[in-house]
Amino acid sequence: MRSYLSDRMGAALLMAPLLLFLVLAYAWPFLGVVKWSFTLPTPGLGQYEALLTDDLVQSVFIRTLRIAAVVTVVSVAAAYAITVVWVRGTPAQRLIAEFCILVPFWISVLTRAFGWVALLSNRGLINTWLQAIGFISEPLALVRNEFGVIVGMTHFLIPFAVFPLASAMRSLDDRVLLAARGLGSSRMRTFWTVFVPMTRSGIIGAAMIVFVFSLGFFVTPAILGGGRSVMIAELIYLRIFQSPDWGLGAAISVVLVLFVGALMALLFRYVRPKQLI
Amino acid sequence: MQQPGRAAEIKAIGIGKSFGSFRALDNLSLDIGRGEFLTLLGPSGSGKTTFLMILAGFVPPTEGKLFSDGVDITDRPAEQRAAGMVFQGYALFPHMSVEANIAFPLKVRKKSAADIKRRVGEMIERVGLKGHEKKLPAQLSGGQQQRVALARALVFEPGVLLLDEPFSALDKGLRGQMQAEMKRLHQETGTTFVFVTHDQSEALALSSRVAIFNHGKLLQVGAPDEVYDRPDNRFVAEFLGEINMLPLKGVEPAGNGSTGLCEDRTVSMRCKAEAVRGDAILAIRPEYMSISGEAAAGENGIAATATNSTYLGAATRLDLTTRQGAKVTVSVPNEVAAAALSKGNSVWLTWPAEKGFLLPHGGQ
Repeated sequence: MRSYLSDRMGAALLMAPLLLFLVLAYAWPFLGVVKWSFTLPTPGLGQYEALLTDDLVQSVFIRTLRIAAVVTVVSVAAAYAITVVWVRGTPAQRLIAEFCILVPFWISVLTRAFGWVALLSNRGLINTWLQAIGFISEPLALVRNEFGVIVGMTHFLIPFAVFPLASAMRSLDDRVLLAARGLGSSRMRTFWTVFVPMTRSGIIGAAMIVFVFSLGFFVTPAILGGGRSVMIAELIYLRIFQSPDWGLGAAISVVLVLFVGALMALLFRYVRPKQLI
Repeated sequence: MQQPGRAAEIKAIGIGKSFGSFRALDNLSLDIGRGEFLTLLGPSGSGKTTFLMILAGFVPPTEGKLFSDGVDITDRPAEQRAAGMVFQGYALFPHMSVEANIAFPLKVRKKSAADIKRRVGEMIERVGLKGHEKKLPAQLSGGQQQRVALARALVFEPGVLLLDEPFSALDKGLRGQMQAEMKRLHQETGTTFVFVTHDQSEALALSSRVAIFNHGKLLQVGAPDEVYDRPDNRFVAEFLGEINMLPLKGVEPAGNGSTGLCEDRTVSMRCKAEAVRGDAILAIRPEYMSISGEAAAGENGIAATATNSTYLGAATRLDLTTRQGAKVTVSVPNEVAAAALSKGNSVWLTWPAEKGFLLPHGGQ
């Protein structure tokens, strides 16, 4: 077949509008943020020094990494189970799995966060029911803490972990699984020694995506954390719009972007971008 | 398939398989002898691979029974049958080294580490993979991957080795080499081999018996020379190699064989005319026919005109047309072909009586 543009040219042209948008709407303003971090309130490295000494900033960073790590492990494990059903289940199972994966996409993150509040709060459904059946006498603290944040974020991020996993599972050669069975390996053993290792790239991709997304979460922790489990994005917001301490907010932003950039670079050393969709 | 180190004897009785309304395999009964090399041969979609998958336990038959050494294994899951299997495309574990691939069936069987090490080492030596132990499958050539697949399937000494078109991805030279190697492994291990292919020359070269499939039916089973020289029907005759078909009239028994009228000449056959009285087809392989100036009295022969020749190196393929318009192809020495063509007119096609066989007129 004859192509009118070379592949490289064609791809560049197709991507041009998006690249232009990214440069104008993100890269250019971000350079301004970088500038603030070195100039506000006084020129110098003062804000970065503050980052290293400010206890609050450090505890928020550590909390953010901890929550992101827990959310990553839980989301990828849950997504793995759903994806196995979605990719390898019976037609009916596939339909149900697909429903569970896609419906959350149609509901806004805000609605979902308030939905979880309705379920998890002291007078929420779960506590009311548990008290009604006499399982507990005092309501459990399920929200306005890290637990609530983790639940809400995990729920939001599972679908994002599903796609790289599905891509890895779909490209897997069924005959390899048959071969393992034929050589005497039980279903369970085949799953753990052959299936899971062969979807390794999908697991890495899913974990990276979920982790990176988790680092920048704002709405969910703000609502489900109730101001007590502040994560990094919320801290940036507070520094810029409430303190106001623009220089420190900008410095935190720069560190976050560099950290995420480094993670992405690491990700693409192991996984090709195509494997993530 | 349950006793390691001992070749299995398999009996299939009335096996059938339907996928929805598609009949993949119909009423197949077949005995596979201890230590035999049986080839399942047929075009794609003929049911040969389905039968292999049923033998392996990957596909349950819709009806029928399967016995291994007299034990009913019809409902036994694949991992408990543990037939060694070599897949098309090898199906090696891509995340495991050559060594780990071959050790897999032994680990599953919880062999001791020392035992595993010894047997994997022996197997690697036997298939000529020394020095490649630590490599991943992706770092190996096609032929080497093939060897790993064979080693992995044989290392636990299965009673039967099932092979699904294992050479289809290899180039011709390597194919021949691997065929020879497989024959050697068969002799060394003494295991029952069941081999699926759509390549008739491969089937004839390797097997002790060939089973020919078409449209989900087993058409004929026999030794290679038996199915090649005495096919039961037209499909088998044509699938196993080139064949000339001449219409016969008035076929009737005569002595130990039969006679018939082929384009006004009486010809004789060694085979009996039981099923095919009257009109029939006389089938003769091209290499059994020769060209001569005149058919001697009592010799089988008909007149024909040479129309075209193809030089094949060792011999020439000559296309001829008989007086009544039947097309015939023969394979003859190069100088004979040249002489036949230069005459530009009639030559005689002759053949020995024992090389012609009868097929029913029309149909299969």
